[in-house]
Amino acid sequence: MTAAVESYEVTGRKSKILSRSQIRKARISGIALFLMAAVIMLVFVPAVSGVSTFGISTVTDFIQLSPISVPSAGSLWILAGVLAFLGTSQFMRGFQTKTTIFLGIGFFVFVLAMMVWASSGQQFSLVSMLTATVARSTPIALGALSGILCERSGVVNIGIEGMLLGGAFTGVVMGSLLGGWIGLVAATLTGGILALLLAVLSVNFRVDQIIIGVVINILVLGLTSFLTSQLLLKNPSLNDAPIFPSIKIPVLGDIPIIGPMFFNQTVIVYGMFLLVGLTTFFLFRTRWGLRTRSVGENPKAADSLGISVAKVRYLAVVYGGMVGGFAGAWFTLGTVGRFDEGMTGGRGFIGLAAMIFGGWNPIGAFLASLVFGFSDSLQQKFAVLETPIPTEFLAMAPYLVTIIVVAGLVGRARPPAADGQPFEKQ
Amino acid sequence: MSDHIPASDPDSPVITEESLKHNRGFVQRLTTSVNWRTGILIPLLSVITALAIGLVIIVLSGSSFSEALEAYGALLQGSVGSIKAISETLTAATPLILVGLSVAIAFRAGLFNIGAEGQMAIGGMCAVFAGFTFVGLPLLVHLPLAILAGIIGGAIWGFIPGILKAKTGAHEVIVTIMLNYIAILFVGYLLKTSLFQREGRTDPVSKNIEGSSALPQLLDWINPSMRIHAGLIIALLAAAFIHWLLFRTTVGFEFRAVGANPAAARYAGMSVARVYVMVMVIAGALAGLAGGGQVLGVLERVTPGFTAGIGFDGIAVALLGRSNPAGVVAAAVLFGGLRAGGQQMQVSTDVGIDLISVIQALIIIFVAAPTLISSIYRLKAPAASMQISKGWAS
Repeated sequence: MTAAVESYEVTGRKSKILSRSQIRKARISGIALFLMAAVIMLVFVPAVSGVSTFGISTVTDFIQLSPISVPSAGSLWILAGVLAFLGTSQFMRGFQTKTTIFLGIGFFVFVLAMMVWASSGQQFSLVSMLTATVARSTPIALGALSGILCERSGVVNIGIEGMLLGGAFTGVVMGSLLGGWIGLVAATLTGGILALLLAVLSVNFRVDQIIIGVVINILVLGLTSFLTSQLLLKNPSLNDAPIFPSIKIPVLGDIPIIGPMFFNQTVIVYGMFLLVGLTTFFLFRTRWGLRTRSVGENPKAADSLGISVAKVRYLAVVYGGMVGGFAGAWFTLGTVGRFDEGMTGGRGFIGLAAMIFGGWNPIGAFLASLVFGFSDSLQQKFAVLETPIPTEFLAMAPYLVTIIVVAGLVGRARPPAADGQPFEKQ
Repeated sequence: MSDHIPASDPDSPVITEESLKHNRGFVQRLTTSVNWRTGILIPLLSVITALAIGLVIIVLSGSSFSEALEAYGALLQGSVGSIKAISETLTAATPLILVGLSVAIAFRAGLFNIGAEGQMAIGGMCAVFAGFTFVGLPLLVHLPLAILAGIIGGAIWGFIPGILKAKTGAHEVIVTIMLNYIAILFVGYLLKTSLFQREGRTDPVSKNIEGSSALPQLLDWINPSMRIHAGLIIALLAAAFIHWLLFRTTVGFEFRAVGANPAAARYAGMSVARVYVMVMVIAGALAGLAGGGQVLGVLERVTPGFTAGIGFDGIAVALLGRSNPAGVVAAAVLFGGLRAGGQQMQVSTDVGIDLISVIQALIIIFVAAPTLISSIYRLKAPAASMQISKGWAS
């Protein structure tokens, strides 16, 4: 009896706190939108002159589109006005459930304003930036995919970063020796082997999965750095792999903007598209996928139906690890053809954030990784355009976006119920 | 943010020292059963096995077996071979004790602080700033001030993941890792500003600290090249303080209760959110102190990468030391020896110091999976494995 009264009291108080916190959230986000508008008016507008030009086709394109020019100051005033309007509405009554969406729109408007400001008086190649966005989101999307496969079966994989780095290393060594395709296979296998370590320790020995993941990262970072100094520095020929060329798909590759973005990329990027589709099919349309998801949600129930939890987890984790290793090849075989210590720069962890952002769904994770890829390629572009923003702050962008995403969305996205829990057969 | 239920509620489960001992959580398995087997034999065998695998890796990377043995000889020589070597070992152990404590206290509350590296970097920056800004202060004022600056810097960097975890549920592992990258970039930026950069230099290097803010050397009267400094004493005092905090105060009890079972702790009237913030602030402060100690005791200036991965080594130290302050000190001395010996190994035998990271990672695997070690050496009754994961949204 007392329990019932108590729970009523608790819920009553809770709903009041919730609405108060909603009001506070509306105020804070309204002020944030206002601040963005203020930055545009006070910082960007005085700094611009003339027109901002956005190139929307490259010289090699089949259909040439003339660049779009907009008056810099005028467009900035319009964008600032939009932000100020959004901020006022948000501050006065709030968008309630749509707050996050409107904050997202506001942020997008602000990014547009930054692009207008940065390209004032210069030409800003929009299409090359968008192409780079897709390319740079590739390792992130694949890393997220690796995480999804593991976590849908109930195994947390923090070691994606290590799988990327391991794949990048063996990719370049085998690629230098035997050619890019063998390198790609070797990278994929490396990820699989590292995932096997994760599977053995988490499934058989029931070690904490986060600890194993961290260990994989430290182990691979140490091992690749050690082998770089012992082997690669002494034999530079081992660190000189061929780079996969961009392959233009006929007809589709000639579509303006979308063509170069999606249909004129390397095999690794195409592999990512394929894997996103395959994994979606695998998880949601096959018996193995259903079993994998059931093991991730309720291993006990799955076990009582005769599904081998260990077998399902092994399969999912090793498949996920191979995806991670394949992603690692992007860093060496897909871009520069050589390996540098710690060259993955946290992309595996950003992949984890993309996985959460995308709600543990392959297609969602791919879209989320485009956001990270965009912030990544934007900071590269800005560094080239020599904006007064220090390069260090630009380079922080993907990491800051990751924190914002993890902090803003983790409560709403629901992970698989048995994520991170070892299963002990009774 | 948590449902507040008065602690006096007679129906709520009572959390006592005794019930904490019986809880089969990660922390308890790690610590309450410290007997010679789990506390000494398994860690010892883990270290030996990891070193053996390290030997295999050296041979596989193209050295002969005798060269590999020679490298290990240099490792031993460089860590305990002379008073100078022991001084180097303890110098390397000093920050490791502090970052080990930082990771360990977070473990106790069920949090995984991978951000010690970034917290160290920010702490070091604050300490160097206090160290070169104030001129003409006496040592007794300036040195504590600079140390305090380091502590505050680290605490701020630890506060961010703590408050995000408490308010939004953002997983501390991802947030702390992202903050590591941000801290490193931020340090790189600051070192190029006129505020920090040494006059007349174009490369990123900070001004030197004033002598009045330097941690006193302990053994320079024997040989001026002995780098061991008073930071070691501070680190040992910190270990004693953390032990007192965890096991002799209500706050520490709450930390451990939340680590063992956050739901039960919340039901018993503890504010889990407040514990998360407090633990991360303390963890950050300890790592910041480590960074400050490096700057004020060894480096005297800041250059990019001055943290040298020590923050990540703290994870291995905390795990090997079973998140126990005394164990952390012992593990830090061992890893300090590996670091110091690794330097010697790199200089005299051409085997890279990165091997030490590999050995450390292997040690963590074996310590975290005692069943593995038990089965390799055919020990009876495998010990339970560790478990701290609580998913993404807890």
